[in-house]
Amino acid sequence: MKWREILRVAAEAIWKNSVRSILTMLGVIIGVAAVIVMVAVSAGTEATIQEEITSLGTNLLFVQSNFARGGLGSNPNRGLVFDDATAIAEQVKDVAGVVVEQNASANVKANGTTLENITILGTTPDFPSVRDIGVAEGRYFNQLELDRKQKVVVLGSSLAEELFGNANPLGETITVGNVKMTVIGVMAPKGLVGEVDYDTRLYMPITVVFQKFTPSNLAKLRGDRVRLIYVEVKPDADPEEVITQIELLLAKRHDVSLDAADFTITTQQDIIATQEATTAAFRSLLAWVAGVSLIVGGIGIMNIMLVSVTERTREIGIRQAIGAMPEDIQMQFLVEALLLSTAGGIIGIALGVGGAHVFGRLSEMRTVIVPESIALAFGSAAVVGAFFGYYPATKAAQLDPIEALRYE
Amino acid sequence: MSAPIIETHDLEQVYGLGDAAVHALDGVSITVERGEFVAIMGPSGSGKSTLMNILGCLARPTSGTYYLDGEDISDLNRRQLAAIRNRKLGFIFQAYNLLPRTSAVRNVILPLIYDRTKRLTMQEMEDRASEMLTMVGLEDRLDHQPHELSGGQQQRVAIARALVNDPVLIIADEPTGNLDSKSSLEIMNLLKTLHERGRTIVMVTHDEETAAYAERIIHLRDGKVERIVHNEKTKARVAA
Repeated sequence: MKWREILRVAAEAIWKNSVRSILTMLGVIIGVAAVIVMVAVSAGTEATIQEEITSLGTNLLFVQSNFARGGLGSNPNRGLVFDDATAIAEQVKDVAGVVVEQNASANVKANGTTLENITILGTTPDFPSVRDIGVAEGRYFNQLELDRKQKVVVLGSSLAEELFGNANPLGETITVGNVKMTVIGVMAPKGLVGEVDYDTRLYMPITVVFQKFTPSNLAKLRGDRVRLIYVEVKPDADPEEVITQIELLLAKRHDVSLDAADFTITTQQDIIATQEATTAAFRSLLAWVAGVSLIVGGIGIMNIMLVSVTERTREIGIRQAIGAMPEDIQMQFLVEALLLSTAGGIIGIALGVGGAHVFGRLSEMRTVIVPESIALAFGSAAVVGAFFGYYPATKAAQLDPIEALRYE
Repeated sequence: MSAPIIETHDLEQVYGLGDAAVHALDGVSITVERGEFVAIMGPSGSGKSTLMNILGCLARPTSGTYYLDGEDISDLNRRQLAAIRNRKLGFIFQAYNLLPRTSAVRNVILPLIYDRTKRLTMQEMEDRASEMLTMVGLEDRLDHQPHELSGGQQQRVAIARALVNDPVLIIADEPTGNLDSKSSLEIMNLLKTLHERGRTIVMVTHDEETAAYAERIIHLRDGKVERIVHNEKTKARVAA
């Protein structure tokens, strides 16, 4: 029997019972649409988080103090200090830049305006390049200014606007806390990265922050404590190689063994991988939910196909008498079930893609249509049709022609 | 002389087991030659439907042999029987048994669609179906669906369907059972014409008038051949 004929008969059977067919497809439609929307939401969330991570910069290593081991009090030498960052920059090969940050806050006065509680970010000269933040006007401070603890500041873009409006702030003096400082640059707008607004900040040499804003007696003994050192690896270098170098250097400086190191080094990839593991778990949960709804849809198809076989018993008898082989009958009903499920799949895909778009528009959540989810959903719908159509189709093929012809 | 179209030896059909066993057929041996028009008659329960199903390759006998067109088909499986029905047999049923909501042409095409040997194109099939419908006088009803046709017209569509695969044997089961006398006459005259053109026809009927169109009438009773009556008048007419 010709495929075209099989398809035609199956399509007619579905079309003649259009209301029933749509109701039958509903399970598959909802299942498929749900898969696509849910995957789009989770992919959107993942993309947002990945952007946040990569917007920190590229090829970054994060060197962190490991307080979990030993704790603060157990060994006064433990933890990262500012000199560690300098050592990494000077002694480790293939390092493009090293950035250390120290936060503080103070009131800022300039031009007769006072802004309260402005976040101060003490950093190193590599900060703009490592963190991918440009300088719009003037310049960032240099190593010499850092070493000499010179009182220079760079303003975040919106901070500059609040303090000086359209006037040129370069060369102006502002008062931070009670320290007079000279404006040497204005940062380019960066916007929100996660929860952090980089544009409302004040940037200055970290040495100035240590000295003027976060002084500590302990620091005089063993250096200024830092929590996190950003290391940018050169693009063509092997990050693992750099990690090993830093580990050996810091272990030596801190006089600890690598097994009991007081620091940990993670890469951006590590963070992304952790994130991906979380969303992968979430996705497999979604897959189960969608799988269950597809199975429910499949049972609906099987149910209606059994009804259809019974209703068309006489037709089956006629076809058998005229010479249809059991496999002809079986194929006929299998194709009908497949057509029901794949048509449901296509409608579900349309609803899912449309639904994801609408959902993305109306809610805060970002949605990203994943092409694989469409293929997966359609494939599952087809498999469900074949699986749940098999039993009714086989039942039809096994009917006795004499009994079937006698059926009223 | 070529082999007979039908040759059966001691056909038995037993339903049930042990004491409850019913012998629907109890040793039926008949022969139908090529080009014959044979009627099978008998009261209900005589086994004529059972014989019909076996001759029509819809059922297999419990024992005995059946040669159709020289081929032993007693031991064929479901698939092989389906292929035999498709290529060698044409069925005409009392209730027409057309597919509902399907045009006359589509109904007539059906045997060709299940034919695995001919491999005709759809166009060739449709042409052949139209030809058959024209032959039974329905050339202006090609696209009508069964519910748009009278009983007599529906039965003529069924006859066209029975002829489309050029079968060696036409099996008619009470072909006029659902028809009024005028339509019955038309259908019987059509069968007579087919017979005159050389078709072999086996017809089950309980109606004497209908049976009179046949050359030979096989009377069944209690699963056995009771007697065979030769209808000299019909024979003479065919010869002439």
